[in-house]
Amino acid sequence: MQQVFKRPVSLKDVQTHFCPGCHHGTIHRLVAEALDEYGVQQRTIGVASVGCSVFLYGYFDIDVVEAPHGRAAAVATGVKRARPDSFVFTYQGDGDLAAIGTAEIIHAANRGEDICVIFVNNTTYGMTGGQMAPTTLVGQKTSTSPYGRNQSKDGAPIRMAELLAQLKGVAFSARVAVNSPKNLMDAKKQIKKAFRYQVEGKGFSFIEALSACPTNWGMNPLQANERVGSEMTDYFKLGVFKNVENL
Amino acid sequence: MARIEIEEARCKGCGLCTIACSRQLLVLSERINYQGYTPAQITDQEKCTGCALCAEICPDLAIVVFR
Repeated sequence: MQQVFKRPVSLKDVQTHFCPGCHHGTIHRLVAEALDEYGVQQRTIGVASVGCSVFLYGYFDIDVVEAPHGRAAAVATGVKRARPDSFVFTYQGDGDLAAIGTAEIIHAANRGEDICVIFVNNTTYGMTGGQMAPTTLVGQKTSTSPYGRNQSKDGAPIRMAELLAQLKGVAFSARVAVNSPKNLMDAKKQIKKAFRYQVEGKGFSFIEALSACPTNWGMNPLQANERVGSEMTDYFKLGVFKNVENL
Repeated sequence: MARIEIEEARCKGCGLCTIACSRQLLVLSERINYQGYTPAQITDQEKCTGCALCAEICPDLAIVVFR
């Protein structure tokens, strides 16, 4: 009998701090598997953001730079330009990338920096206590929108994958989810593709991964997982929005 | 012939593996592990096909699959 499933080499054998049912752990593993696939672990520099993704350095067996809130894409630009031979990816949440770091991500994407961005969208600020994020769905109750997000006051949720796909510098932009085995297998494929683009020097690649946040949504893990597959994917459609190979 | 091993100390009892298993072989146990969660357990090892979907969906890499 052979072991058919094991921990990727790029992922440390430690317990994570993530809540039960949080998809961060799964997305971490998919990223680590992609690093293993291309054998870039030794030359990878990850850029962590602020939020639940902040402990990236504790979980990945790679070099990690910790960026100020929202600035991961700008820090990654510097890392990649100073060390062009390195493999650089950022791992950011929606409060980090879509709110405070909007300027950084849009300009890094527009410049077509040769980096990969993993954007974990859980429609809320996870670590700071479940405040409303730009990606919070209309009607969703959070600690700063106790009556639900009001579209006329707060605007509609930002679809980052589609937004960035319009920029000329972007080589690849896709939205994935890991709530079911089918979506997870597809996510694995897309993350590997995004990483391959950097290995081949094709330019900026962006992956938006939908994630559950049971704690801040006030749900149990299975309900939260179900919400990703229904309410979230209804608004945040899964798919590839730009792929330079198909242009 | 396939086998899975659940590392109980790692399991946070989220139950995602219970919905990933196409044969519904996984359930959450009544026991409480050292983290305070009720870990998943397999009901019938013989019926396991080793598809590894439970391990794929586990956010905590608590499942090891042999086939």
